[in-house]
Amino acid sequence: MFTLIKRNERSKKHYYPAIAASLLCIGLTACNDNDNTMMEEVPVIVEPTPEPTPVTPTEYAYSLTVTNLTYAQPLSPIAVALHGATTLWQVGQPASTALEKLAEGGDNIDFIALPDNLVTTTSEGPVGPGTSVTLDITTTEPMATYLTMATMLVNTNDAFSGLTGVDISTLTLNQVKSLYLNVYDAGTEQNSEALGTIPGPADGGVGYDSARNDIDLVGYHSGVVSQHDGLSNSILLEVHRFDNPAVKLTITRTK
Amino acid sequence: MTCTKQISIKTTITGLALALASASTVAQDLSITVTNLTQGLHFTPVVSAAHPSENNLFMVNSPAGPELQAMAEGGDISGLVSVLSSIDANINENPAGGLLAPAMSASFMLSNDTSNTHLSVAAMILPSNDGFVGLDSWLIPEESGTYTVYLNAYDAGTEANDEIRGSGAPGEAGMPVPPPLEALIGNNGTGVTDQEANSMIHIHRGSLGDSDMSSGLSDINNSVQRWLNPIAKLTITIE
Repeated sequence: MFTLIKRNERSKKHYYPAIAASLLCIGLTACNDNDNTMMEEVPVIVEPTPEPTPVTPTEYAYSLTVTNLTYAQPLSPIAVALHGATTLWQVGQPASTALEKLAEGGDNIDFIALPDNLVTTTSEGPVGPGTSVTLDITTTEPMATYLTMATMLVNTNDAFSGLTGVDISTLTLNQVKSLYLNVYDAGTEQNSEALGTIPGPADGGVGYDSARNDIDLVGYHSGVVSQHDGLSNSILLEVHRFDNPAVKLTITRTK
Repeated sequence: MTCTKQISIKTTITGLALALASASTVAQDLSITVTNLTQGLHFTPVVSAAHPSENNLFMVNSPAGPELQAMAEGGDISGLVSVLSSIDANINENPAGGLLAPAMSASFMLSNDTSNTHLSVAAMILPSNDGFVGLDSWLIPEESGTYTVYLNAYDAGTEANDEIRGSGAPGEAGMPVPPPLEALIGNNGTGVTDQEANSMIHIHRGSLGDSDMSSGLSDINNSVQRWLNPIAKLTITIE
């Protein structure tokens, strides 16, 4: 019926050894001009300054397995990023140009380079229907506790799947979490399905085009229509249709 | 809640203590955001309610009552609100102040009484004959936190999905066409079907649509106004 995800409010706390200010107890002796007075020697107590405790950076590592659940929609190279508490897209907001390039052309270079990203990785190539890829990502950056993953369904105009800004700080060591991911539409290109507009093998057409001729808001995709189901100008066939979910993501915290 | 009866201070204090005790254990303040996930559907005014477990706003495989039919065919939630009021539900009406446009969100607060343990939501989807987005009796968790619930599209089973311009009145054929839809859907469709064989509330099979804005079977645009489930997201933060 419906999917329920509970997101814990709690997020991972990073405790740093409090570097206590070293307390130097210096006994002060009064300077007295009176020659007749023998100065009592007060021992000056200087506690040794503690060596700063070396901060051993804690390493976190995650293994991500991305499975293509579609019939005939290869996934463009999988982009993975860890970052702080933010999202790299949002339903109801325009896509960034970096996301537009990923969603229209499968090119994740700019997306990987987004300034919010603290650590990133990508699969070397596309992930075909019925196949999986496993990516490992490791970080010592304590703020890198939010996950984003994105990939284009390449036999479409601007469909992509993924998730963004998911808090993974609550994962315990060796905990495994599986998520089924739906398909978004970047909203940057009309779903004309027309010859020359789709970069995947179904067409071999143009990927990214900077012109935005659609709603210009990210939303969920309405699915491929195809020439077999009533879109006469479509280059796509019934085999290119898909449904939600399109991707399975399994996250394992390995360190 | 207003109290008009004169009561002694002692009774008031006892009553207050009881109210506080029950408030901290069951009754909650819900901060709710409903997001239209689609890029091509409008939602008519949304009705949300916390109600007792024994009540349902709608149930799959059951026939729609006249109040649900009025909502699903024409977007009129007044009948549902009356029924919900009669069972002392906590109700929120029309948080978007009209249609909830594609990809847009609306937020509202809902405080539920202790006996109103379940949350339900409904709104008609446009363009459709009797399609609606719904949530049927979600148990409101007692633990504070932020919860995400995804909602599917249902068919009220009360009207044939002819997918052509028509009426939003219950029992009348065709789809209502309020102003934002006027320019978005086609004309002169001859009708996809005149049959509604399944009179029970069921998961909507989706619209057929066509790519012809001036003729064809359907007035629905097949590359924009179809959908895949889920079509809405509820984000519920419990204090």
